[in-house]
Amino acid sequence: MIKFDNVTKIYADSTVAIRDISFEVAEGTTTVLVGPSGCGKTTTMKLVNRLEDPTEGAVYYDGTNTQEIGVTELRRDIGYVIQEIGLFNHMTVGENVATVPKLKGWDDGQIDDRVDKLLELMALSPEEYRDQYPRELSGGQRQRVGVARALAADPDVLLMDEPFGALDPITRADLQDEFLEIQAEINTTILFVTHSIDEALKMGDKIVIFDVGELVQYDTPRNILENPNSEFVRDFVGEDITLKKLSLINVDEIMRPTNVIEDTTDQDSKTAVTNGGEVMHHLAPGDSLKSALSTFVESDIQSLPVVEDEETIGVIDRDEIYEIYNGG
Amino acid sequence: MSELYTLVEGGQYLIENFDEFLTLLREHIILVLVSELAAITVAVPLGVIAVRYNRLKSSILSVGNVAQTIPTLAVIALAFPIFGLGFNSAVIALFVYALLPILTNTIAGLEQVDENTIEAAEGMGMTKWEVLRKIQLPMALPVIFAGIRTSVVITVGTAYLAFFIGGGGLGVWVISGINLFNTPQILAGAIPGALLAITLDSVFAFIEHQIGGEGHHDQSIATG
Amino acid sequence: MIGSYIEFTLDNWQDLLQLLIEHIELVVQTLIIALPLGISLGIFIAYYQPASLSVLWGAGVAMTIPSLALFGLLVPFLGIGNPPVIVALVLYAQLPIIRNTYIGLTGVEKDMIEAGEGVGMTRWQRLRQIQIPVALPVITAGVRNATVILIGVATVGAYVGAGGLGDYIFTGIYQANTEMIVVATVVVSLLALVFDYGLKIIEQFLQLQNGEDVALTRGTKAITKVIT
Repeated sequence: MIKFDNVTKIYADSTVAIRDISFEVAEGTTTVLVGPSGCGKTTTMKLVNRLEDPTEGAVYYDGTNTQEIGVTELRRDIGYVIQEIGLFNHMTVGENVATVPKLKGWDDGQIDDRVDKLLELMALSPEEYRDQYPRELSGGQRQRVGVARALAADPDVLLMDEPFGALDPITRADLQDEFLEIQAEINTTILFVTHSIDEALKMGDKIVIFDVGELVQYDTPRNILENPNSEFVRDFVGEDITLKKLSLINVDEIMRPTNVIEDTTDQDSKTAVTNGGEVMHHLAPGDSLKSALSTFVESDIQSLPVVEDEETIGVIDRDEIYEIYNGG
Repeated sequence: MSELYTLVEGGQYLIENFDEFLTLLREHIILVLVSELAAITVAVPLGVIAVRYNRLKSSILSVGNVAQTIPTLAVIALAFPIFGLGFNSAVIALFVYALLPILTNTIAGLEQVDENTIEAAEGMGMTKWEVLRKIQLPMALPVIFAGIRTSVVITVGTAYLAFFIGGGGLGVWVISGINLFNTPQILAGAIPGALLAITLDSVFAFIEHQIGGEGHHDQSIATG
Repeated sequence: MIGSYIEFTLDNWQDLLQLLIEHIELVVQTLIIALPLGISLGIFIAYYQPASLSVLWGAGVAMTIPSLALFGLLVPFLGIGNPPVIVALVLYAQLPIIRNTYIGLTGVEKDMIEAGEGVGMTRWQRLRQIQIPVALPVITAGVRNATVILIGVATVGAYVGAGGLGDYIFTGIYQANTEMIVVATVVVSLLALVFDYGLKIIEQFLQLQNGEDVALTRGTKAITKVIT
């Protein structure tokens, strides 16, 4: 969908932003550009919607060199979310979301439907929020509107520059989770910039790691954790690699499907405790192994049931997690 | 070229009547000086008192805002039926109009001092009077000074109208020049006053900048 | 005492009305020239920053020139009557209009402009859809400021033959006619207040439209109530 072909960007004051970058973003995937500040990740993103133009090399959008596509046309096809959000404070929430469809000349009925649909998608009830002004919203709500505006004209590509960077940690985590669900639904190609490796690991199908102007490693989160290709990547990923890896794997990927809870009285190998039919400790299929590990430590139990909709669908042993922990 | 010649004629008129010019200029400056000094003496303390009492402050501000929309000519004209003709009458009118910008700016300047700063000063054991003298007034000074600057420029302009009620000043030449279609006389009266206003404004802007102000007009002046 | 003023007003209401209309005409004619001029200059210096200092300085200097002196300067070249007065008034109106246009346009938050660029707005669309709507209340405040100044300065213009309520004030001074002075002064001050208040309401409407937080005047509240 997007292809960087030996792209170099040198600014007018002859600072080199990025040098000889090549990578490809597959359709429907999320690729995260991550690195310390000043490493060229934001410049790389701006090359896609031509807020910057390459000095050498070429950027291809859907097979066409972006230099051959009109700037405004290209930008209207690409959704763009920035950290400062940049909501138009003089317009209502509805008008903000309607911006690009209006620029594209959709008819009013179509625009209204689209606005309502997007606000619902972003968990902002249209009746309540459509006519409010950005000033009246919380930081998290403003960023939702920012994302809704970027998605309004159903873009093929969504660029997100530190979209959750200005939010408090709790709101950020919530929005990340929500956005992952939304992404599963809309399946857009996403290019995502962040300076946080944790966010990159959580959000990305693929991760591009930058060091000052250079692409250092381009791989899946798991491969980056298991096989960092340089000292720089190892340092950047940080010390608790194993825990980070556990956070990438979900419970349902390794559980043994079963609907029976073994109940033994053997004190040395305690398993799930039922208390009059009620399961005291359990896991959800979408939990990460990191949080599962925490539950194991908390409960001091050997195996835990995986429960979905109040029904046991599987079981996990603590030793399985230890194996991954030590083995990978 | 005839325009240029008119200007030269104006210069000639000025040189030929230089003694009279000096008299008029002196009258003009005295009008401005007396009314300004009186206005500063009254407006600054009044502003200081006003910020202490919310009621007084809001009524001064609303009266002040309304009063500044009244044309300067109206104030000059009204002084006539009340105080009669002459220098004193003109000074009183100029004083009243000069008062407002200084008063509103004094209040605005004192109000904008950060509350934390005041609290910190009080926390260090300063009395209210010390806080005012050592913290609030120095910090408000650029704003108060900007008010004085606005006031001076307005007064230099309004003093031109003083002659209508017998106050003298450079208006004498401009007004009689208009009456008698004496173009050189008009120019000889108008240009020096315009230069005086521009010069004073620039000098005050410079000083304002030196004491930490913005140095540009943040409020537009209703010229007289 | 008050009775004599009322009597004067009733006796001369046709003349007063005539002068009032002349006065308003003078101000409106000035604004028709001053607004496009000042707003274009404001837009120009917002895009071409190097010119901003000198343009604002020039407009500031024009404003400090005493009005009677400026009329006096213009009469030899433009004659007696409306032309010198309108030229002078246009000059006086420039600073508030140019400055507020400039401040309004350049005060738009940078990230809003960047977002506009990012969603594919052209420079013209950004000006039309973001900068001008956001700047409009600020520009209106400048126009309000200018209008009040113009109403005041126009009274002096009567001395060089422009007509308007200043006529009554000058005649009143010459004839020592207190009623004439007071009534004309009150009318011209009311005119200034009415324009000030009316434009303030427009300004607040534009602010409301932009979703700004404003302490509404009674007038704006009342009108909002009637409309909704």
